[in-house]
Amino acid sequence: MRDVAIIGVKNTKFGELWDRSFRDVVVEAGAGAVSDAGVVGEKIDAMFVGNMSGGQFVEQEHIGALIADYSGLAKNLHVPSTRVEAACASGGLALRQGIYAVASGMDDIVIAAGAEKMTDVPSPKASSALAAAADREWEGIMGATFPGLYAMIARMHMHKYGTTSEQLAQVAVKNHQNGQHNPIAQYKSKITVDSVLKSIMVADPLHIFDCSPITDGASAVVLAPADIAHEYTDTPIYVKATAQASDTIALHDRRDITTLDASVAAGKRAYEMAKVQPKDIDLVEVHDCFTIAEICAIEDLGFAKKGEGGILTQNGETAIGGKIPVNTSGGLKSCGHPVGATGVKQAVEIVEQLRGEAGKRQVDGAEIGMTHNVGGSGATAVVHIFSRDR
Amino acid sequence: MIIMSVPRFWRKQIARYNLVGTQCKKCGEKFYPPRNMCPKCRRDGEIEEYKFSGKGEVVTYTVIHTAAEGFEGQTPYVLGIIKLEEGPSLTSQIICDAENVKIGMKVKPVFRKLGQDGERGMIYYGTKFVPESTDKC
Ligand SMILES: [Zn+2]
Repeated sequence: MRDVAIIGVKNTKFGELWDRSFRDVVVEAGAGAVSDAGVVGEKIDAMFVGNMSGGQFVEQEHIGALIADYSGLAKNLHVPSTRVEAACASGGLALRQGIYAVASGMDDIVIAAGAEKMTDVPSPKASSALAAAADREWEGIMGATFPGLYAMIARMHMHKYGTTSEQLAQVAVKNHQNGQHNPIAQYKSKITVDSVLKSIMVADPLHIFDCSPITDGASAVVLAPADIAHEYTDTPIYVKATAQASDTIALHDRRDITTLDASVAAGKRAYEMAKVQPKDIDLVEVHDCFTIAEICAIEDLGFAKKGEGGILTQNGETAIGGKIPVNTSGGLKSCGHPVGATGVKQAVEIVEQLRGEAGKRQVDGAEIGMTHNVGGSGATAVVHIFSRDR
Repeated sequence: MIIMSVPRFWRKQIARYNLVGTQCKKCGEKFYPPRNMCPKCRRDGEIEEYKFSGKGEVVTYTVIHTAAEGFEGQTPYVLGIIKLEEGPSLTSQIICDAENVKIGMKVKPVFRKLGQDGERGMIYYGTKFVPESTDKC
């Protein structure tokens, strides 16, 4: 297996992009990443596009070919292009497929992208599309919503470990604090614990400010064999681990409601593959689709003991400058959550941090970074570890 | 938007109406929602129907204020995970004042309307739960 490096990255602006279509944003991200890498189209061997639900959000399937076409890679070059789907983990999984392609030796230059255009439909329709990531037959039919499922995780976490609404709110406050320094972020406003607690209740105990928004956006990275990465860039970022794990589709079938066993398993596999431990990680982008999800993630990935994620957050240890900076991009909460793009966006953030290009949200001396992307209420988890050093 | 197509709902109607799940004869594990493959024994397992008592307790719950499509008329409603006395857990609504729901609360099943596709659309029925102490049901 060959070592793989990221040689180019690009995020589009995240937000309600009324004037941009699905294909517009993906092409912008793809072309931006290719240009960042200094690669020419003729060199591209394959592309993988993470997209959760083009069918429901823009009534468009066959996303792979569409994107190859509008990137100018179809008609003349016939570059193979594959859509990858794992609900909100589609992006992370597209990246993983791209890494497979390069690591295997089948392909050299590969684009891994992710995109979602969610605001072309009314928000109830968008929520309904997202609910398809849960079990439609045995959760959805009973009136379960996505916030509802995570609210049940939160309720249990509070009951078992004494986690508080204030600690959950602190996740949102910290992520908005980071997001205000991210040029692509959907919400750059600072918020307070009080404003989170006073925002409307969506699914008790989760308020609307505990939830990530509905977002349009796309992200892309360019992958290359590590051996030739320096031909393209002075600062290749190396993929040290790619890991993925599955769990039950329905929350009610989990071993423990407060633990995403898929995150634990993917994390463990990633640490083994990269030969590092949680203490070696300088920063992590976790899947904070809801504030409670960040608390669970930092526990499940080994940055806090089970039940102590709330305290770690409350003590400021997950802020920039803390013991383990979490979601320097602003996370899904402040940066936005175009579901198919998120897993790739997390990698773009880590690359910018490891290159030292993150501006006011820069983590000093960052050498090793991790991403954690979750599908549904935890049925898929994808974890990557990246490093400045090969 | 419809909640679920008629054939798709009908296919599992008995399971939804009467809490009929399955069990693996080989290892004794019981499944609700029903499974046709025992996760432990897989191809060595032997699956048969099993009717659950419906007695169980609340594992966790939430009060939904922003409803799923088709459930708008019901807010706020209590959604919970119920652990049945025979072992498996399921997701359902708990008919109860929000302030009275507790983790660990004992519940029993009731046959109720789940949701409806618009004003004239199909009505879906299934099993919800009430506190065990409720008499009228
Ligand atoms: Zn069995």
